Amino acid sequence: MSWLTETVLPKIRSFARKSDTPDNLWVKCPNCGQMVFNKEMAENAHVCPKCDHHLRIGPAARFEILFDGDYTRLEVPEVAADPLKFKDSKRYTDRIKEARAKTGERDAVQVAEGRIGGNRAVVAVQNFAFMGGSMGMATGEALVVASDRAVAEHLPLIVVAAAGGARMQEGILSLMQMPRSIVAVERVRDKGLPYICVLTDPTTGGVTASYAMLGDIQIAEPGALIGFAGQRVIEQTIRETLPPGFQRAEFLLQHGMIDMVVHRKKLKETLARLIDQIINREGTLHPGPEVEIPPPGEIPHGAALP
Amino acid sequence: MVSYLDFEKPIAELENKVRELRQTSAADSGDITEEVERLEAKAEALLRQTYAKLTPWQKMQVARHQDRPHFEDYVARLTDGFQPLAGDRRFGEDPAILGGICRFRGRSIMLIGHEKGRGTDGRLRHNFGMAKPEGYRKAIRLMEMADRFRLPVVTLVDTSGAYPGIGAEERGQAEAIASSIEACLRIGVPMIAAVVGEGGSGGAVALAAANRIIMLEHSVYSVISPEGCAAILWNDREKAKDAAEALRITAADLLKLKVVDEVVPEPSGGAHRDPDATIDAVGDAVERHLRLIAAAEPVALREGRRRKFLDMGRVL
Repeated sequence: MSWLTETVLPKIRSFARKSDTPDNLWVKCPNCGQMVFNKEMAENAHVCPKCDHHLRIGPAARFEILFDGDYTRLEVPEVAADPLKFKDSKRYTDRIKEARAKTGERDAVQVAEGRIGGNRAVVAVQNFAFMGGSMGMATGEALVVASDRAVAEHLPLIVVAAAGGARMQEGILSLMQMPRSIVAVERVRDKGLPYICVLTDPTTGGVTASYAMLGDIQIAEPGALIGFAGQRVIEQTIRETLPPGFQRAEFLLQHGMIDMVVHRKKLKETLARLIDQIINREGTLHPGPEVEIPPPGEIPHGAALP
Repeated sequence: MVSYLDFEKPIAELENKVRELRQTSAADSGDITEEVERLEAKAEALLRQTYAKLTPWQKMQVARHQDRPHFEDYVARLTDGFQPLAGDRRFGEDPAILGGICRFRGRSIMLIGHEKGRGTDGRLRHNFGMAKPEGYRKAIRLMEMADRFRLPVVTLVDTSGAYPGIGAEERGQAEAIASSIEACLRIGVPMIAAVVGEGGSGGAVALAAANRIIMLEHSVYSVISPEGCAAILWNDREKAKDAAEALRITAADLLKLKVVDEVVPEPSGGAHRDPDATIDAVGDAVERHLRLIAAAEPVALREGRRRKFLDMGRVL
């Protein structure tokens, strides 16, 4: 062992590896084609610095963006594997294995607890890279875990959605995740705790037709595709071309379906503000003992309260 | 006149022969009663055999059969004084979903369901049973009304799915379906859902998150149509038969997966061959389940429903 083999060679090797796989170093914006340094893209919240396109990101990157610092992942119990013994051109079990290898996650939805602008919150993030984010039993289970935690600890629940829809490979059991996930989020809302949905690109099908559209507050990322029916299906049904911007976040805002479109770099502060105002609501608005509020009818129109 | 499905060709041939013989025997003096009886028995046996082992794809055809009893047939035979209620009070009236107050076996209920329509005009009027947001919002309105008046809710599910269109998306198809499921889960009155034809995806669940779910023997209930699934997973719509197998869409499969509580047998040859018997059987099953939960407290009904869906798929 010499200085050469111990220090120089590994450096050369690592350099060679990096240049062999430019994917690790550069990322190409799927919208404008711009090559951006991976590090720069990550520092920019995975938003293209050239065209402002919001790239699809997974749970790890999302947790990094939203939480103040440390956060704790919550474990989601295993669900029945491949209950239908489903096989199309590939076995479902093989598709799951591939998705796990590709993402390093057990399934599409990951749950974590941490602080957002100082306030504790439970966040569930759906990963489009895991079989199109599809909603299967594991999705339902993750949302049950997230809502249980929110209810037990009296915390807001934030779900960052991204999915093509239901996981067909689980057949009717994936469809049943629609009512199941709604039961989960309703338990949070029943306790007077805020349930906030962040719709990211793309959120469609059974996911939008269940938990992803039932938030007390509905936020979408710019340009995100959000809808129920797929665009091809609509075009084939009505035999018309779709209007520009159809089913995009801004379209939904215009049609009253969401509260706001928020840039990813503003998302954390928006969530922090909302949570703070909803959770820490007491403040100093309480009338002090020295203030006497006149009974209704005795307040003249236009008069300010003392 | 029965309209035959593709796989019923051998049955059609036998039954047509019987009809022919009957006509000729009326003209002819020769006695062919025996021959007719023999053929009839043969046709009947073949029908029973065929329907005893229908493939999922064949069941799909039966579930979509144009003569299968629809919502309006159930209303006519099972209820008295059905008063249809229209509109969502927000945008419009959607005839793809019908609903109203009626008396069912002596008890007032809120009956809601998809109506596919019959004949070209009827099908167009009801948009083939594919509801738009206003249809689901009407259903929500009626479920909430039933909750206030303590009327049990009975739904009849028969849709290929929610309507995919520009206006439907603009008016929030996804939100309407989500809220309709949520309304099912929230109400404090007994709710029974019967899948009587096609249970097509979210458009079906919107009316089916009930305390009890029953299903006609040859009806289907699926996350996606076999054609749609084949197009996506096999890249080939022709693989719909394979998709129908893989998706496990039959009543028997769903009973095994504990998604439905009871399968109601259909007459030999399917519901369309004896609509009255089918409708009565569904009525009996609904009444049975309703009786079991009619006296339950609102909280117990709501919690029971939520527990049912939370547990689904956990123990198989």
